[in-house]
Amino acid sequence: MPVLKNISELNDFRKQAKAQLSDREDNKLTIILGMGTCGIAAGANQVADAVRSELKKHKIDAEIVNVGCIGMCHNEPLLDIQQPGQPRITYKNVKPAMVGKIIEKHLLNGEFSKRWIYGQLPARDGTTVEGIPTYAELPFYGKQVRIALKNCGIIDPESIEEYLVSGGYGGLEKALFQMTPDEVIEEMKDSGLRGRGGAGFLTGLKWEFCRKAKNTPKYLICNADEGDPGAFMDRSVLEGDPHALLEGMIIAAYAIGATEGYIYCRAEYPLAIERLKIAIKQAYTFGLLGNNILGSKVVFNLKIKEGAGAFVCGEETALIASIEGKRGEPRPRPPYPAVAGLWGKPTNVNNVKSFAIASQIMMNGADWFNHIGTKKSTGTAVFALTGKIKNTGLIEVPMGITLREIIYDIGGGVPNKKEFKAVQTGGPLGGCLPAEALDTPVDFDSLTAAGATMGSGGMIVVDQDTCMVELARYFLTFASAESCGKCVPCRIGGQRLLEVLTKITNGEGTLADLDEIERISKYMQEGSLCALGQLTPGPVLASLKFFREEYEAHVTEKFCEAGVCEGMFTYEIDPDPCTGCGLCAKACPTEAITGEKKEPHVIDQSTCIQCGACYDVCNFGAVLVKRKHELTVIEPI
Amino acid sequence: MNEDERGSYAPLNSNPKQRARLLAALYLAQEQYGWLSSEAIQYVADKLSLKIGQVQSTASFYSMFRLKPQGEYRIQVCEGLSCYLVGGAEPILDHISRKLGIQSGETTPDGKFSLEVVQCLASCGTAPALRINDELYERMTFASIDKLLESLGCKI
Repeated sequence: MPVLKNISELNDFRKQAKAQLSDREDNKLTIILGMGTCGIAAGANQVADAVRSELKKHKIDAEIVNVGCIGMCHNEPLLDIQQPGQPRITYKNVKPAMVGKIIEKHLLNGEFSKRWIYGQLPARDGTTVEGIPTYAELPFYGKQVRIALKNCGIIDPESIEEYLVSGGYGGLEKALFQMTPDEVIEEMKDSGLRGRGGAGFLTGLKWEFCRKAKNTPKYLICNADEGDPGAFMDRSVLEGDPHALLEGMIIAAYAIGATEGYIYCRAEYPLAIERLKIAIKQAYTFGLLGNNILGSKVVFNLKIKEGAGAFVCGEETALIASIEGKRGEPRPRPPYPAVAGLWGKPTNVNNVKSFAIASQIMMNGADWFNHIGTKKSTGTAVFALTGKIKNTGLIEVPMGITLREIIYDIGGGVPNKKEFKAVQTGGPLGGCLPAEALDTPVDFDSLTAAGATMGSGGMIVVDQDTCMVELARYFLTFASAESCGKCVPCRIGGQRLLEVLTKITNGEGTLADLDEIERISKYMQEGSLCALGQLTPGPVLASLKFFREEYEAHVTEKFCEAGVCEGMFTYEIDPDPCTGCGLCAKACPTEAITGEKKEPHVIDQSTCIQCGACYDVCNFGAVLVKRKHELTVIEPI
Repeated sequence: MNEDERGSYAPLNSNPKQRARLLAALYLAQEQYGWLSSEAIQYVADKLSLKIGQVQSTASFYSMFRLKPQGEYRIQVCEGLSCYLVGGAEPILDHISRKLGIQSGETTPDGKFSLEVVQCLASCGTAPALRINDELYERMTFASIDKLLESLGCKI
């Protein structure tokens, strides 16, 4: 395929691709496999092998298409079957051994193994199969609005044709040939899109600053250094729909007048980098990158830069230093990168999702976007839902939805009959919110007002078994280890905070330590050079604010109600719910539990090592976490 | 100071973009030699006309550059939050540590395994996770770890 020299060639190519794809949908059996990192790790490659050998065995001719992550990590590996003109039917948690049965039943006998089916995506003409829920009818998808994730898990990320058929590069076409760069920036400002990396600055305004900067050349950077524990939103976009990012970047480059761009991606994402490389190569082949893009005068060259495992490189000035080949240490701002960034030249840095959304805004218009979400936080938010929640995975919801809807309706609530305790947003630099705050609307300002942050999209749910003090200690361990060491408040402050928290979880804390936490935090927030140091105290402060009683119990009573901090609790069996099933006694490694069959069991405190095995296996919630002095004293008979 | 050493303090290549190739060059050197010895660092510095101090300072900043020799199988245990919440991270590290008789950051004497802790591998939906060389393993249990180690020739 030669370089596309103008719009009509692009449209011809799109039409041709569409005809091919429709032809496949109408006439060919297609088997679609979820091949994101999550799918592959869950065994998608083995499933693919099984599919190939089964098809061969039954002499069935089928096209096998690999797609990225569709978001339901808890159901991987996924296998979709689409018969000509039929809806796409998704099988979940597929094991290689199941493949033979699925193919035999579905393709040879025309039956569906319903208990293995997750749902269906209607065919192009709306055809559905009765008795199987459509994705829109499923709670996990019903409340979602997918913009950044529009194509993830739907199209083949290694096929530019499929991206074009989905309407891809339509936004670029509009921007390049119907709008001036200033109009593009106005449209972005009207859309109200705020940066999806976490800070929430208006993307259009950021572009405008960089456009107005006098110096040249200008650089455009995509921040794909997603490092928060519990976050994989950007990875899924990169793996599932890399062209969406490229399109957004080319539009941004046109708007601000950048001629060179870099995608700074975590080296921990080899699959994402591989797919990005393929997409960039395709874009060059078709004249969507390089000189004279689509026959216009626009020039934009794009390269990938791999990180090397430093969390702080997610901060834009550190990221720029890293691209320059230096230590990834941040520097004070101003000057902002828009004025002096990469090699001292005007530079614009945006998150992966911001770019992916920008291409959709160009395609559908600012009004379409700003009617989704709330007034001050328009559009959608992408979250990686993890922790103690039934449906782990990747979701995209309209801003303004409540935490409760996300956690209970989409996430399915907390598993194993445990109680919800808190939800952490914004990862190690965010904050947690308790059950009372579950009705908080999810948008930039409401979350900040409530004491957490929007962050880049990690959402971690914890249940009654998580100790909030220990959780805060965990985040501090992470943040202080990742401090680059350049500025004192972050380097020393993080260490001191960690020491105080460790003291408390070891049972040596005092009430004065709680004040000490607040004092150190204040200095860190005020004095640190970059967001890493300023936000490191966030999780501790939020949990101290909402779970102060738990902190106080740790220091005054030396009691950890979650049963996590060693030596600060004890287990006891409540005789009422105890059925005497004996599971706990079998699980106990020190044989500390005794009791007659079908009679309540008892823990011998002198031999109990508080390992929690009994607590974990009990199906009746009969094993309780108790203060040491609260133990029921059993009188000798 | 001999001539070579003085050479490493020679004036910089004036093109600032030269240093931008450093991370990629270090990766290449690491891929080839398994780790970054002082010879490898010297080589990279020469190739890019950088000072050895510049290369060293960059190499020592990033956790993915290994300044010590590594085992044939590099086991990286994720200590991300999701892994930690589902009982991964520390217990898994301890378990492997006991099996191999080495601590995090060390390599077995036969040069077969090295063990290290890494930040989030972004497999949070399917935690706990670990990675061996470039292969990711998820939903790990003690039993599945034992099986995995055994398949790699670890005698248990």
